[in-house]
Amino acid sequence: MSTNLTDYDTDNRGGEDGTQVVGHILQPGVDLSHKVILYLEAISVSFDGFKALNNLNLTIDAGELRCIIGPNGAGKTTMMDVITGKTRPDAGTCFFGQTLDLTRMTEPEIAHAGIGRKFQKPTIFENHTVFENLELAMKTDKRAWASLFAWLSQEGRDRITDTLKQVRLDHEADRPAGLLSHGQKQWLEIGMLLMQEPQLLLLDEPVAGMTDDETERTGELFKSLAGKHSLVVVEHDMAFIEQLGGKVTVLHEGSVLAEGDLATVQADPRVIEVYLGR
Amino acid sequence: MRTPFTIRVLAAMPRSGWIAMGLFAAITLVLMPALHLFVPEGHPFHVSNYVITLGGKIMCYAIVAVAMDLVWGYAGILSLGHGMFFALGGYAFGMYLMRGIGTDGSYQSHLPDFMVFLDWKELPWYWAGSDSFVLTLILVLAVPSLVAFVFGYFAFRSRIKGVYFAIITQALTFAAMLLFFRNETGFGGNNGFTDFKRILGYDITSPEMRATLFALSALALMLALLAGRYLATSKFGRVLAAIRDAESRVMFIGYNPLHYKLFIWTFSAMLCGIAGALYVPQVGIINPGEMSPANSIEIAIWVAVGGRGTLIGPIIGAGLVNGFKSFFTVAFPEYWLFFLGALFVGVTLWLPEGVVGLWKRIRARVAA
Ligand SMILES: Nc1ncnc2c1ncn2[C@@H]1O[C@H](COP(=O)(O)OP(=O)(O)OP(=O)(O)O)[C@@H](O)[C@H]1O
Ligand SMILES: [Mg+2]
Repeated sequence: MSTNLTDYDTDNRGGEDGTQVVGHILQPGVDLSHKVILYLEAISVSFDGFKALNNLNLTIDAGELRCIIGPNGAGKTTMMDVITGKTRPDAGTCFFGQTLDLTRMTEPEIAHAGIGRKFQKPTIFENHTVFENLELAMKTDKRAWASLFAWLSQEGRDRITDTLKQVRLDHEADRPAGLLSHGQKQWLEIGMLLMQEPQLLLLDEPVAGMTDDETERTGELFKSLAGKHSLVVVEHDMAFIEQLGGKVTVLHEGSVLAEGDLATVQADPRVIEVYLGR
Repeated sequence: MRTPFTIRVLAAMPRSGWIAMGLFAAITLVLMPALHLFVPEGHPFHVSNYVITLGGKIMCYAIVAVAMDLVWGYAGILSLGHGMFFALGGYAFGMYLMRGIGTDGSYQSHLPDFMVFLDWKELPWYWAGSDSFVLTLILVLAVPSLVAFVFGYFAFRSRIKGVYFAIITQALTFAAMLLFFRNETGFGGNNGFTDFKRILGYDITSPEMRATLFALSALALMLALLAGRYLATSKFGRVLAAIRDAESRVMFIGYNPLHYKLFIWTFSAMLCGIAGALYVPQVGIINPGEMSPANSIEIAIWVAVGGRGTLIGPIIGAGLVNGFKSFFTVAFPEYWLFFLGALFVGVTLWLPEGVVGLWKRIRARVAA
């Protein structure tokens, strides 16, 4: 897998989006010098004594496409909550590249740093049109003052049009997003993610509610993104995971149970027991 | 390519909107003042003091309605304390008016009457500069904005929302009312400020002054509406509506809701302050009653009646409700609050989108 590291660097140097740390020796943006984009070390999260994540360790390489599986309640969504700053872990560290400590950043800061997320339940802006949804997600200066005077450039318009085509919503551009079908909403959310140009994409059950055909196309899209981006995909759909073909991590009761390619993992007796025993 | 700001402002309203605003400007800036000033009393076309004052007053309320709609309709922040910002602007301008009385008060003192009555020998420090018109204008803008900014910063940072936020704002205006009721606070206690004489040396009750204040209120209303339209049609407005609908999603795509809410909240309070400052010289009095919780709730009712998130709706709502009010409080004063309550319940149940929604439905039916 070839990853163009310099590309990552230049992508983030601008600081025009208000996230640049002034007077710092470190480069702004994510430092991928060790070719690892995400480190989760000994993460624990408990809700009223119940351990949703229990000493979870996980590393994602730059450019990797990783699949996460596990029975309901294994902690997959909670893991994404930790990475995106929604939930603070009780213990453990969570680093984006070598330098960015995600446990100390707010949600918008993490988004700026280059982590995008698709939620398990599609969350789009139902009262905004499909076009406006993509406009809001587009990578640009997102401070309030800039939004007051922002005016969509032709370049931005073209980007939105391209993304609309990519997620096959070009005929729905001016419809309120709330009127889309479930599968289309999933696609719109993926489109929003693409507009953000994140380096790490977290996708929580992205093909739930899609037809087989839509699922297959989603798989193709994700595979085409890997390499330039890093992807973490949570799914229950084994056929889809097989199509993606990346490394698979099995979560169970908040920690990693097994890791490897799909066939190896599926042959693991512990994994079989977890899936049969539920 | 960057589009010039003027073009963006022009694009903030459709052509019909600009035509309507032009008509409104012609009526309020030219026709009404002219009929008030130059047509003799008794003539059928004469516009009376009563009409000019009532009209000016209602336009001030309409500014508050626009301000309320910006936070409630667009940002989803229900405030039940907007009356306080209105009153703060009113008090700030009222201080200037009190100083303008000079030695024409009942005690012929340089101090406002209520201070003489309290046996105060000099102005409290926070009255310093209140005789300067320019400084007063700055205070009118700064005081409500500053209070809103500080309060909003803590409330939004703690992610206080919905009913909790509404209740806290209601408590805030109530607390402010109690504070202003106290004589020691130095704002005239429960009588507040009244008996104003002049602005910039001109007699405050003269027809010219009334017409000027009326026209200024109309101008402020038009500018408030235009600013509101600009905000609503800008990307800022779309982000705001997105925060209203799905705040956490907005954060995950990289916007900080705190800054957006804080801006619109502070701007809204500032508009209320301007409205209050225009209102006080026209009605001739300001007292802590303006900060009563009921007043702030009434503001929310204007917006609900007119239609949230439409800007023009709340203006119509403020006009309708206050029109009814001036009729009711003369005809059946004891029933006004019942009527207001019934109106609110009725609108909530049957007209969730207010008068504007009703109008849209009628048009759709006629077109079909
Ligand atoms: N905010 C919360 N408060 C209390 N318990 C929670 C909370 N969030 C998650 N949990 C619990 O933590 C556990 C892990 O939840 P999580 O949503 O991460 O599972 P998941 O692996 O995503 O499951 P699924 O496949 O059903 O989406 C579950 O038992 C859930 O009930
Ligand atoms: Mg989940």
